[in-house]
Amino acid sequence: MGLDVTQPTDAPPDTTVVSPVSPNWVTTKLDFIVNWARSNSLWPMPFGTACCAIEFMATAASRFDMARFGMERMSFSPRQADVLICAGRLPFKLAPVIRRIYDQMPQPKWVISMGACASTGGIFDTYAMVQGIDTVVPVDVYVPGCPPRPEGLLYGILMLQKKIRGETLADRTLREEHPLDERGLRMSPRLLDEISEPFGNSIHQTRSG
Amino acid sequence: MNPSVQALRHHFEEGGAIGRALESCGDTIVYVQASMLPRALEFLKVTPEQDYDYLVDVTAVEYRDAERPLELVYELFSLRRRAQLRVKVELDKSEDLVIDSIVPLWNAANWLEREVYDMFGVRFEGHPDLRRILMWETYSEGHPLRKDFPLRGRFSRSEQVRRALNMNPEAHYSMEELSIAQAYHELPADMRDRLARDERGKVPDPESS
Repeated sequence: MGLDVTQPTDAPPDTTVVSPVSPNWVTTKLDFIVNWARSNSLWPMPFGTACCAIEFMATAASRFDMARFGMERMSFSPRQADVLICAGRLPFKLAPVIRRIYDQMPQPKWVISMGACASTGGIFDTYAMVQGIDTVVPVDVYVPGCPPRPEGLLYGILMLQKKIRGETLADRTLREEHPLDERGLRMSPRLLDEISEPFGNSIHQTRSG
Repeated sequence: MNPSVQALRHHFEEGGAIGRALESCGDTIVYVQASMLPRALEFLKVTPEQDYDYLVDVTAVEYRDAERPLELVYELFSLRRRAQLRVKVELDKSEDLVIDSIVPLWNAANWLEREVYDMFGVRFEGHPDLRRILMWETYSEGHPLRKDFPLRGRFSRSEQVRRALNMNPEAHYSMEELSIAQAYHELPADMRDRLARDERGKVPDPESS
């Protein structure tokens, strides 16, 4: 976007790196305009797999009316979508599907994980279920609830808009693609195992075999 | 007690092919020897007085008690006579779980038997296309509804996610399905090529899992 800011990479690891281009009037105003436009015209890609999708439909319908916040158009093609809303549990069989949808979305793109199952696996701590979609795609906003009420999803969307308004064009890392590594994962296996550990009542169930 | 049980006993007098029968919640349950199952079901289907033309369900039950055999359940219904009959087959778990397919009798059994194979590991001899139906075809952790299957699966979460993400969601249909639909030659060349190279991966051997 006209700003060619490169972060020095040879700095020692614990040093705070100050951007050579400090935010000035032009860049902040440009950020403001770009973020204003982006945050108020989010096109969601609905990825509804379960009961959360029903609440999502209610959010999009007239009573709660997501269109008030610029999300007028559901984009059923990832190519024209800005925000992927995963509404519902994600079985392993759908993991490569949501990954491909995420990869097909053009930058800038954000992800909302709606509901307990999408965020953590929820009550489905089983052989068939992904324990949180953040093990498959990067997530920006987690909306808790089982399922969340439409107000909850709207609050999550407002949080996402707030996050977008805080972005700056100078930070290129925000728009980086995060492809799967050579192992075919997006994080280290140890971290993935750790965040997929059972919690709550699930810890009383045995992990045999 | 459903009079069909008496007819079965009368027709299959030799060798104790028809086991015990009982009534539960108004439904008649009759146990049939595994080797006699196709003939018994054929008798129930084609005999005009029986006329069980509708195969409602094929499923299986494994009990918590290790010494009890695995039960296959065939739920029959006669639409004309409005009569119900549940035929059960006991399979000894210490031996191979193999039984003759009843797809020649009812086409409806095709996917139902695939589901029983997927979830319980019962092999149906003579089934035209015995593949997994719920889990993906390269799934190699075993048969999830067996009592010796751990709730969270056999592999670690990271391994499960890795295998799931490395699935090819497009190479999902079998050559048989595609040739039946005559869609194979209308596929894009690259997808045809991938299918021909059997990119769905090696389907794990049922014995080894």
